Amino acid sequence: MQGWLFALGSLAVLAGLFFAGRARALATVGGNTSGLHSTPGYHGFYLVIWAALPAVVLFVTWGLISRFVTDAYVAGQLGDAFAAIPEAQRGAFLRAARSLVAGAAFGEVTDLTRQGADAYRTFAEVTGTIVNAFALLLAVSGLGWGWTRIAPRLRARQFVERTVMWLLIAASGVAIITTIGIVLSLIFESLQFFARVNFFDFLFGLHWSPQSAYESITWEATDRNSEVFGAIPVFVGTLLITTIAIAVAAPVGLMSAIYLSDYASKATRAFAKPILEILAGIPTVVYGFFAALTVAPFFRSSGESFGLTVSSESALAAGMVMGIMIIPFVSSLSDDVINAVPQSLRDGSAGLGATKSETIRKVVLPAALPGIVSALMLAISRAIGETMIVVMAAGLAANMTINPLEAVTTVTVQIVTLLTGDSEFDSAKTLSAFALGLMLFCVTLLLNVIALRVIQKYREQYD
Amino acid sequence: MTEIAADPMPQSAIHTSESARARLAARYRTERVFRFLGQAAIGVSVAFLALLLTTVVIQGVPAFTYNFASLDFDLSSERLGGPDEISKADFDGIVRDAIRGEFPQVTGRTPRRLLGGLISSGAPVLLRERLVGDPSLVGSSGRVSVPVSDFADLYLKGQITGSEYRDFTSPIVLEASGDGSTYTVTADQAVFGDVLELVKQRLLADAAALRQRAEGQARSQARIQSDIVGFESRLSAAEDAAESAGLTARLEQARANLDSVTAEIARLEADAADREARAGSAVSGEPMTDEDPSLLIYAADGVIRATHITATTVEGEAMLPVADPGSLVGNGWRLRILDVPESNRKFSDQEIVWTDTLVDRGEVASAFNWIFFSKGASREPEMAGVWGAVVGSTLTLVVTLALSFPLGVAAAIYLQEFAPKNRITTLIEVNINNLAAVPSIVFGLLGLAVFLNFFEFDRSAPYVGGMVLGLMTLPTIIIASRVSLGAVPPSIREAALGIGASRLQTVVHHVLPLALPGILTGTIIGMARALGETAPLLMIGMVAFIVDIPGSFSDPATVLPVQIFMWADFPEAAFQHRTSAAIIVLLGFLIVMNALAVIMRWRFERRW
Repeated sequence: MQGWLFALGSLAVLAGLFFAGRARALATVGGNTSGLHSTPGYHGFYLVIWAALPAVVLFVTWGLISRFVTDAYVAGQLGDAFAAIPEAQRGAFLRAARSLVAGAAFGEVTDLTRQGADAYRTFAEVTGTIVNAFALLLAVSGLGWGWTRIAPRLRARQFVERTVMWLLIAASGVAIITTIGIVLSLIFESLQFFARVNFFDFLFGLHWSPQSAYESITWEATDRNSEVFGAIPVFVGTLLITTIAIAVAAPVGLMSAIYLSDYASKATRAFAKPILEILAGIPTVVYGFFAALTVAPFFRSSGESFGLTVSSESALAAGMVMGIMIIPFVSSLSDDVINAVPQSLRDGSAGLGATKSETIRKVVLPAALPGIVSALMLAISRAIGETMIVVMAAGLAANMTINPLEAVTTVTVQIVTLLTGDSEFDSAKTLSAFALGLMLFCVTLLLNVIALRVIQKYREQYD
Repeated sequence: MTEIAADPMPQSAIHTSESARARLAARYRTERVFRFLGQAAIGVSVAFLALLLTTVVIQGVPAFTYNFASLDFDLSSERLGGPDEISKADFDGIVRDAIRGEFPQVTGRTPRRLLGGLISSGAPVLLRERLVGDPSLVGSSGRVSVPVSDFADLYLKGQITGSEYRDFTSPIVLEASGDGSTYTVTADQAVFGDVLELVKQRLLADAAALRQRAEGQARSQARIQSDIVGFESRLSAAEDAAESAGLTARLEQARANLDSVTAEIARLEADAADREARAGSAVSGEPMTDEDPSLLIYAADGVIRATHITATTVEGEAMLPVADPGSLVGNGWRLRILDVPESNRKFSDQEIVWTDTLVDRGEVASAFNWIFFSKGASREPEMAGVWGAVVGSTLTLVVTLALSFPLGVAAAIYLQEFAPKNRITTLIEVNINNLAAVPSIVFGLLGLAVFLNFFEFDRSAPYVGGMVLGLMTLPTIIIASRVSLGAVPPSIREAALGIGASRLQTVVHHVLPLALPGILTGTIIGMARALGETAPLLMIGMVAFIVDIPGSFSDPATVLPVQIFMWADFPEAAFQHRTSAAIIVLLGFLIVMNALAVIMRWRFERRW
């Protein structure tokens, strides 16, 4: 509640400042706006920026560095007792102390932890007061400075527009910061994992069973750990399901696109395109539920009637449903490229006596091939990264096989199961999920980049 | 001249000869097949969508109604205490007494517990909530509606078993046994013949299963025999005493095994033969086990469940007391066969009879399932609702919108209108395109590592979920906004610049309002995508079991797709219905949002 009141109150104050600045600007020219360089509204914004921006910058900066400063202070306060804690556990100790302040104890609580929590609490209170007071001081002095500067000759518009431009640039920077954040966090956690498990054992190992990983308080990488974190079975499972999905999606999606662009009547197009858009818009958890509840048992029972043993979590069921989910994706991307082939090529082919299918097979598709290949690569990237369908319909045990009737597991399933359990954050198990996530990110990024390059390099320029 | 006339246009043979016509027909056939394949491809998508939607709707619609029992509860103030003590009163006891009051003849601990199981275990909770919320109800008479148990509800919706009814007017005689616990029904015609047939068929099936087991045992018998032969030959070739002693011991063991297996086979075959004999005999009676379809006889206000049957008589126990045994002439009676045997269902015959009685008394009726739309998660299927997830989704989406819309539009404005065409701008654009294609689970990992681990925000809180989804939706909004801004023709910008506007004024006052419909369409579509996202929220912990409806942005919450994911794991049949109903709710929201986007695009977007 307090947060809401504070936010609303601040907005009200800023609105008041806007009107005050505006009024002052008008007052300096006695109501005649033609004497002002910028319209009065800009003077209002000028005042608001001078009052609010320094305080906001202070709050943001303090929010980012407060953790480090407080940690250093607490370490200093506890002195020798803190230095006695081994390096690897200091992070956990500080986290436990912080959580004690918040109320719920997380991790080991000793007297030292309580001392640390007290130090945290007092420091947080003191610095909180100091920072708030300083922010208020900045706001008031900024207000005063802006107030005195309001004059007819003040270039308020330039100032406001330059500030807004920097804010726009900062907004664009958020996207970069997000990517940097993803890469850094994945790499950071993965490096912690590779400190415990050899990178090549992870990448080329043949046995994946993290549930039997050896955990110890002192985090020594043991040979046992190197044996259970071999990711090849997981990669093989992912490839198997992706292959089945693309085997379903590529022909159906491509033929749908061809039919819709070259054969279908307007009525058919008006009916089929929304259907494909609806298929694209259905959440993947619904697909997963359908796969687990209807498709997998259907394959199981029909397999039994043919005498085959089909697992109830077969790769075939998950792959097929995933393929159907990707059909609209392939179809819409292929549709775009096929429509981009100019009509003159089709006309020329028809003029030579080719049937429509021959035109498509021999003229249009080769011309659109780079785009179609790139669409398929994007579809593969989508299939590899898909989570919910496989979590609900595919298995959990790593099984290295290419038999689609058996249960396999994929990278995304492993990430979910390793991170939604109740294990500690720093254990080798949870860190392996980050290593898998890093692999996933790199592979999908590579596929997207290659898809883009394929389009750029091989795209035909038609006049 | 003659040479030319003697050679009549040789090229035409390429087009008119037999082989030419065959080639042409083949090409047309290929064309037809190709066209058909295109139609089939579209048909696959349409068929799958139809299958998915019908499955979900058929499974989910039953969950929108629920059966409620209106019972007479003792809400007197002696039972409940004063206004401050209401919440501590024994509501379990009140509910128990109410249902026992419906069937006062039920005695004994186990039958009474079975009777109590007809009403949902959440009924005392609901009753408490009602009375605490409205203390004026204390001492009032009249009935209160409470939900029945999940299996009773499934039965009333026909999901537990089907029934076949047969009405008769021919007389039967009802005789009670000495202690009144069993009854014998005697008819003068072979009215129970078909049911007897069903029992005999079940006997034959049992016999077949026994014979299969006997075959399996015969195989292991053969194996043991070959082992024995092997041991004997090795024994005869043994050289020292130790080896022959060991082999002798194992030989003894194998012989003992052989004996027991042979005995087992004999037993199995005897059982099978016995069952086949009983099935084959024409007139003998059979006991009815719980693996047979249940036979109930409704006569003289009572219900008798058959435990032994011949073609003309039935012996059974009373599910409901018979008014007075005696001959029935001119009084109809009815026979009911329950298709699913009692051992295959979770709702017994006695419970079925009680439930039907309550329905006949008018005390159980189907009504709109308000519990589903107003409660949060629960272990009991009948008390589980989606409202908690809906509120959680709303809170999360508000944060997502508040984060991604301003940032996305601002970034798009900068990149489209102001950014110079240099390497940094290209880098940002490539970056945004790549972010749009990153799998959503990676954003979940980002949220886990940065928001939960580094910043130590609250787990399972909507504001953290909103931030993760906001970062995920940001590239989509940026791309859609850039497209809309780019679609505004340069003439608008040039006109504004021409009358003296600055570049920022041009964009904010002239270009942005014209691009706004497209931007809003893209935003709504982005929000619809975020509503359906599950994987990133699983990573940041919004998968907890949330019973209370979240009240603020930092209360633990869950979202609708995650709730569907969690319920899909529960095995009870009632939860399957609720999962499908939750999917219907989710699809309903998505339809509304997408329809809004389509309407907006249709009405407001201008084609330049």
